Amino acid sequence: MSSQRLERLPAILLKPVPLFILRPIAQQVTTRIAQKHPHLFARLGKHTKTKYLIKPTNIPLVALLIPDENKPTMQIFKATQIPKYDAVIEGKFLFLLSMLDGVHDGDALFFNRALSIGGDTEAVVCLRNALDDVEGSVASDIADVFGVVGRSVLSFLRQKEA
Amino acid sequence: MVTLVKENKPTKIYQRPELICPAGTPASMRTAVEAGADAVYCGFQNATNARNFPGLNFTPDEMQKSITHAHKNGTKVLLAVNTNPPAGKFQLWKDAIDLGAKFAVDAFIVADIGLANYIAINHPNIRLHLSVQAAASTPEALNYYCQQFGVKRVVLPRILTIAEIKDIKQQINCEIETFIFGNHGLMVEGRCSLTNYITGLSTNMDGVCSPANQVNYVQDEQQNLSTQLGDFTIDCFGRNENAGYPTICKGRYHAAPRDEGYYAFEEPLSLNLGNLLPDLMEAGVCALKIEGRQRSRSYVKKVVTSFRTAVDNIMNGNEPDIASLIALTEGHKQTEGAFKSKKWR
Repeated sequence: MSSQRLERLPAILLKPVPLFILRPIAQQVTTRIAQKHPHLFARLGKHTKTKYLIKPTNIPLVALLIPDENKPTMQIFKATQIPKYDAVIEGKFLFLLSMLDGVHDGDALFFNRALSIGGDTEAVVCLRNALDDVEGSVASDIADVFGVVGRSVLSFLRQKEA
Repeated sequence: MVTLVKENKPTKIYQRPELICPAGTPASMRTAVEAGADAVYCGFQNATNARNFPGLNFTPDEMQKSITHAHKNGTKVLLAVNTNPPAGKFQLWKDAIDLGAKFAVDAFIVADIGLANYIAINHPNIRLHLSVQAAASTPEALNYYCQQFGVKRVVLPRILTIAEIKDIKQQINCEIETFIFGNHGLMVEGRCSLTNYITGLSTNMDGVCSPANQVNYVQDEQQNLSTQLGDFTIDCFGRNENAGYPTICKGRYHAAPRDEGYYAFEEPLSLNLGNLLPDLMEAGVCALKIEGRQRSRSYVKKVVTSFRTAVDNIMNGNEPDIASLIALTEGHKQTEGAFKSKKWR
């Protein structure tokens, strides 16, 4: 598979899935990760109420994350309907995923312009450091929510990325 | 160092240097330990260390557990307490040292003479390392620290050539540690007040160079990226240009005598002494330090693994064969800096 087609793959896979199905799944993923890694919130400090916009550049969707310790939320929006946010993290879906996986270094992605950030820089740095202290794979946690299909897709993406 | 003959080729046998690796979080520390670090350095979540960044560093509980894990795996832990306490706030630094002693750290890394004295008096059995933040670079200054406070190792500033390091080694009676990879700041460490000038916070007392809450990135529709610190624009990167950290010393400025903006102090780049390791070891450097407590587990794993392999190769009489680390460098550029020549720019 060419790298261009690989980049388009997440958008192709998500295209037929309507928002009303994606939204509860995204929320389930967030709740699951929060339950599995509760120590993550201590590192976020004052930023547990911050609204983080996660913007994969090759997917027509964005996610709004509020890592509230008591009720973390992740809402999905169309990329044409950006909600209000405090901080934004932008990059190709696979790069964002590989950062969660601990495969890519966020600073290195920033240096080569594969990752851009905006808004509250301190909030972004805090989230990056908190997620980096999560061992294992957050990407696998996300894939687990989708069962066998999720794990297969993640495995495929990792192989292609390697 | 002795020279032996192996397969009709003269082979230098070096004293095995320690590989000193960064750990910004417990996960990073475990990564460094797994990757082959001989020692890791780390700090508490406050102004007592020079990487006091949001979401980074260790709580006392994390520190204790992480030290236990490191020791079980044969890795030493060096506690960085390497900022200078402001007047009237010494207690926070004393608390950090006393906690470190309670958790059985293998050494303290300090810059402040008051702290050095406190350790010498109260924890004389724990090794004392002089931080690069002390900016001590002459045999006279280094010997003073050793004689007065029992310093066992000095971390030299990144402004010395290898020849100068070798010369210093012959005039002092303690171990030498040098940086081999990571941030390449050419300001006099422990003396730089550029961040203080712009933000009111001090690298040397608050532990923050370019505090994130005063950094702003603005990207326009053409994907030109402006980096701002406080009220100042430090740099503007074109769409296809690699970016660097938002530090003032790596900013691009309009200044005489040039007409266009240029890197008046230093470019965004990283130090990489992969090819100079044998020279450093021959000069008497006994500890090789990797910078980057603020970097990710991914960085720690790749850089530590690469240098672990290189050092082991050298000890086995082979070439260092260092893996390319250019993808992890600031601005995707690397330098051997003053270690190779003082004319590196």
